[in-house]
Amino acid sequence: MAIIVQRPKLKWWEQLYLPALFIGMKVTLGHFIATLTGKKKVTMQYPEEKWDAHLPDHYRGAPALVTDEHGRERCVACQLCEFICPPRAITIKPEEIPSDDKWAKVEKRPRAFEIDMIRCIYCGLCEEVCPEQAIFLRKDYAITGTSRAEMVHDKERLYEIGGVRTGLVNKWNELK
Amino acid sequence: MSEVKPDLVDVQIDGVWHQFPKGTRLIEACRQVGAEVPHYCYHPKLTSPGNCRMCLVETGMPPRPMPGAEPPQPDESGHLPISWIPRPVIACANTVAPNMGVRTTGPITEECRKGVMEFLLANHPLDCPICDQAGECTLQEYSVEHGKGESRFREKKVKKPKNVDVGPRVRLDDERCVMCSRCIRFTDEIADDPVLGFTDRGSHTVLTVYPGRELANNYSLNTVDICPVGALTSNDFRFQMRVWFMRETNTIDVNCATGCNVTVYSRQNKIYRVVPRQNNDVNSDWMPDSHRLNFHWIDSDARLTDPMVKENGKHRVATWSEALAKTAEKLAPLSGSEIAVIASARMTNEELFLVNRLVKQIGAGHVEIVPRMGEADGYLISADRNPNTNGVKLVLGLANPGSGLDRVKSGIEEGRIKAVLCLQENLVEDGGFSPELLGKLDFLLATYPLANPTTGLADVVLPGACWAEKSGTMINVTGRLQRLNKAVDGPGQTLEPWEIVRDLIQALGGGNGIYSVTEIFKQLAAEVAAFKGLSWGQIGDLGLPLIETGETIPALEREKQRKAAGLIVG
Repeated sequence: MAIIVQRPKLKWWEQLYLPALFIGMKVTLGHFIATLTGKKKVTMQYPEEKWDAHLPDHYRGAPALVTDEHGRERCVACQLCEFICPPRAITIKPEEIPSDDKWAKVEKRPRAFEIDMIRCIYCGLCEEVCPEQAIFLRKDYAITGTSRAEMVHDKERLYEIGGVRTGLVNKWNELK
Repeated sequence: MSEVKPDLVDVQIDGVWHQFPKGTRLIEACRQVGAEVPHYCYHPKLTSPGNCRMCLVETGMPPRPMPGAEPPQPDESGHLPISWIPRPVIACANTVAPNMGVRTTGPITEECRKGVMEFLLANHPLDCPICDQAGECTLQEYSVEHGKGESRFREKKVKKPKNVDVGPRVRLDDERCVMCSRCIRFTDEIADDPVLGFTDRGSHTVLTVYPGRELANNYSLNTVDICPVGALTSNDFRFQMRVWFMRETNTIDVNCATGCNVTVYSRQNKIYRVVPRQNNDVNSDWMPDSHRLNFHWIDSDARLTDPMVKENGKHRVATWSEALAKTAEKLAPLSGSEIAVIASARMTNEELFLVNRLVKQIGAGHVEIVPRMGEADGYLISADRNPNTNGVKLVLGLANPGSGLDRVKSGIEEGRIKAVLCLQENLVEDGGFSPELLGKLDFLLATYPLANPTTGLADVVLPGACWAEKSGTMINVTGRLQRLNKAVDGPGQTLEPWEIVRDLIQALGGGNGIYSVTEIFKQLAAEVAAFKGLSWGQIGDLGLPLIETGETIPALEREKQRKAAGLIVG
């Protein structure tokens, strides 16, 4: 069913359109002068200035691995993030923790953990699926590199971005 | 009662009447009609101790009338009414009875399963993220299907030994064990090496290896396969790859003439593990450790990746057409009697069929294979370590394979043989040809997956695919025709041996027109009498008996006896 929209009846000076034009021009000129004289600032000087302070808590930036308060790498190389990753950006090579290691009872850790940041779509499924709370999406959003190889974050880089995270569930701690 | 054959009994499963032979276990009867009963300890190839209690089902029999009361009357279908027994029974150790009723669902069985799952999970460490069994773990599967979803257990879990080396190839985690005793029964009943057992009682029961002994027999990794949880894991496969990533390819083992049926697990063109696949006419459910672990060389650095030709005593990488042209050029001035073809009993029937054509084409005076005889182990390893000796006899037409090898050697020694085409064999290390002897040849062509002393001496080296990289058929020690399926691609320029032989035939002026293994099989079926009327699809995953050899597989014979004695389901 068609709706018939009633056109407003314009007065004769409104039909000239010129007054409206001048009112608009006044606003534009006002902004122009305010910016020119430095009274108002609208341009952010990226990358000298960053957007970081304005990022919401739920912002999803680069995924990274974390260590806990004991310095233990939380990842046990279960490869669930590799499995869930929609663009297949994650590659993990697991290994056994040697018996003389302090955390030998955890048995398994990643030998290599790579996230290809060219492929990553920042969906956060890796963080959601992780049963060990080992991978988190950080607020880093400016991931740049001059080569494809540089855009692949290896284990070392991932722990560097991730840092230490405390207060997580620690199921590997001694009970007694 | 309806009219049935005397050895069949009527059983009602989940409300539907079926007929089963007398003596069928309830669990098998239910499985046959699609009502899978969950279980841990039951395994058709082992005795049934009935200790996991997971397979409890509700059963019923016709009511027994009180003295003087009317006996129950059969309904219009001829079956007596069923009076359900309030106590459930285990489906794995009980057999069907006439007019029996079984309920695999319903409040009693579901409550039982829930209860058993809760007990099993009370002390379970829940370390699925680091457990290799995750993804193929029945504890995980049944937790989803029958578990409570959350634990009511607030006490401290019982601590048990973890990460225990019970043998050179097997690792034990006692906290994950569900006490099904499959491994204990396997080592006792099948491997005749009873080193495993339970100690302590109640929730402190642990699986242990006898003091001073270890689980070191050549069938130890089968315990890992039958372990329904992650208690026993393979040292070789441990933490290598999660099972859900891998692709499964059904093929056969080529380490001996038994030809155990296997599944090859691979991901991104790399093989991670080889496990036995059930075939009750070949290997039952088992395979020897030595055979299943013999795959690591497939992606080793020693693999040949490109065709090579020798120039001024040095090999250089060449193209396929260049290498084949050089072969043709070198063979052209020689007469047939000066050429020997050494094929391999590790080649498939299709490859041997083409070798036969090649031999005819060049009129080669000698054709032989390299025999590999070892000792049979009385279980599954056959004395003949070549997987397709029967195929050599049948397709290549050698009555006594390997017997003419000395004639080839003396022929080279006396200068009567000037060129050898060595196909998929290692003449120096396995054939007993000395490097000096091979040095006397004018021309040596060698194809092999790996670089070896023979390929080092060869004038033309061609990279041939290994067993996991090719398709074809082989005939095992009992005369069973079985199929190999390609699991991974060969590295670099590797070609399947049949392609190499085909290209050789073509380079030497012969016809072509073959583009797949199945095409060769068609021609094979048309030309070789024993294969008459067979098709590639007919062979299937389990193979089919082709010829009578009179040979048997000892482990299978014992299994048949145990089945006949009613010890196992089989």
